[in-house]
Amino acid sequence: MKTINAKNSEYRELNRLIRDCNDNCTLKDCLGQRFIGAGMSDRNITVEGTPGNALGAYLNNANITVKGNAQDAVGDTMNDGRITIYGNIGDAAGYAMRGGEIYIKGNAGYRAGIHMKEYKDKVPVIVIGGKAGSFLGEYQAGGIIIVLGIGISDSQIVGNFPCTGMHGGKMLLRSDCKNVIFPKNVNTVHLSGEQLNGLSVYISEFCKLFGYDFKTIINSDFTLITPDSKNPYKQMYVMN
Amino acid sequence: MKKEGQIRIPSGCAISAVISKDGERMSGESITNSMRPMHDRSNGLGGGFAAYGIYPEHKDEYAFHIFFDDNVTRETCERFLKEGFEMVKAELIPTRKIPEITDEPLIWRYFLSPLKSVLASMQIDEKEFVVRTVMKINTEIKGAYVFSSGKNMGAFKAVGFPEDVGRFYRLEDYGAYMWTAHGRYPTNTPGWWGGAHPFALLDYSVVHNGEISSYDANRRFIEMFGYKCNLQTDTEVITYIADYLLRRQELTLEETACVIAAPFWDTIRRKPEEEMKKLSYLRNVFSGLLITGPFSIILGFKGGLMALNDRLKLRSMVVGEKGDKVFIASEEAAIRTMQPELDRIYSPAGGQPVIVKVKEGIVL
Repeated sequence: MKTINAKNSEYRELNRLIRDCNDNCTLKDCLGQRFIGAGMSDRNITVEGTPGNALGAYLNNANITVKGNAQDAVGDTMNDGRITIYGNIGDAAGYAMRGGEIYIKGNAGYRAGIHMKEYKDKVPVIVIGGKAGSFLGEYQAGGIIIVLGIGISDSQIVGNFPCTGMHGGKMLLRSDCKNVIFPKNVNTVHLSGEQLNGLSVYISEFCKLFGYDFKTIINSDFTLITPDSKNPYKQMYVMN
Repeated sequence: MKKEGQIRIPSGCAISAVISKDGERMSGESITNSMRPMHDRSNGLGGGFAAYGIYPEHKDEYAFHIFFDDNVTRETCERFLKEGFEMVKAELIPTRKIPEITDEPLIWRYFLSPLKSVLASMQIDEKEFVVRTVMKINTEIKGAYVFSSGKNMGAFKAVGFPEDVGRFYRLEDYGAYMWTAHGRYPTNTPGWWGGAHPFALLDYSVVHNGEISSYDANRRFIEMFGYKCNLQTDTEVITYIADYLLRRQELTLEETACVIAAPFWDTIRRKPEEEMKKLSYLRNVFSGLLITGPFSIILGFKGGLMALNDRLKLRSMVVGEKGDKVFIASEEAAIRTMQPELDRIYSPAGGQPVIVKVKEGIVL
């Protein structure tokens, strides 16, 4: 494990140091450097401090672990691999993500999972431990977004306008969602923890990563949201 | 080169602020350094700072900061100022020669006291007189531009990266209870000293990250009330809107936020009756002042600030707290530069104003 002192280094230089280190590395005193790990494969990167925007953009199959908070656009257009955030995360996490996994212990800002997509076996996953801001899953076209709302005492674990423009993929919220207003183009189904089938593996993985008891977390009401047809916006823009 | 106001090019930006609720004076070094990790949000075409509480020896006079193209313009402008003000002090603003900042205009500072006789004959109060003076100079005296006109506060701005602008103006020599800062990435205008942020009028100053799409609608409305939008930059109009709503219409800060980042009608309809009535009233009466498009702004005023995002939150903004100090910035990294350990850090929701004031009873 190599340690890289990120203090005062510019992002291009920092990424060069990470690339040159063909093994695992830890960045110390990171402060706002953008694009950390962008496009990288086959390595484990641990970040201490506050990484800048677009952390792990185009990530191929590397693993990035952040010990604190992350800023905006984490995992932008990520293809494969895993990003684990022990703190909170800024806006537009997983923007246009097409594969891989993002696990966030804390809260997510606005527009998490905006325009996520999937193709065959490439199914991206975002799991948010706390709450998510407004426009969660905006234009979601594929993939899985899970919000667990752990320790959130407010009635809502998502902000306003979730699933706006959703036309693919799945969203799972650990809540009965009584106070949440969804658009008319999606279907909501209430499930118990035993009915989650394939989705529970991601919650189990989340619990292992951050030290929660899976049985306690799963013992709750859930709401599964999916688009209400293959083409929910038919005839909205053109006479198709 | 064409200047601001003569050309419109179809903004990423960076903002940062710190306020001490105890009114403790802080040097400008820390706020300048906070802009470093956000360097790539600017492109070197503008940086600036607003500092509150920096002129305690002249706190009863209006501090005008003015750019001049040359000394002839300066003399013309000074003659005009002397017609309406007692000029208590006139001096060059101290700067440091550094290779990163070039082509500077003449940068002067005046401490001015409006002449009572002039106010009496015009039958207006002194603030209105100051606003009219600023508008007149910026519109009619070619080559002169007043970029700061408040009491016991000042804006400092230039073409360059903000961290260089801070060094250029020797901000480490000033002590302010509140600082705001801006790094500019102009998208619609070419980038000139006057067009850098903050935009300031009286004690109000605005730093802004974003690009408002309602600019022309807002400009048409505000120009009906004597304001002149000379620079075609959206931040100028936000500053005049703040002055109009807060000073002339006497709205509260919260009400002002409900005008410029009004909730959606859908949201208003779900509010309790009293609140629904009030929000509908503000949206209807001041519909021309609704600001649409992405923005995160910090409005500074005597004794405090208000940070506000557009209601869709299309720009980032983070707030950190430590003891009596509150930090606001486009990125968490900027806040951590000023204060690595925080009591609390959070992102306010879109349209939710964050208002921070110096504690009552503290003399500023």
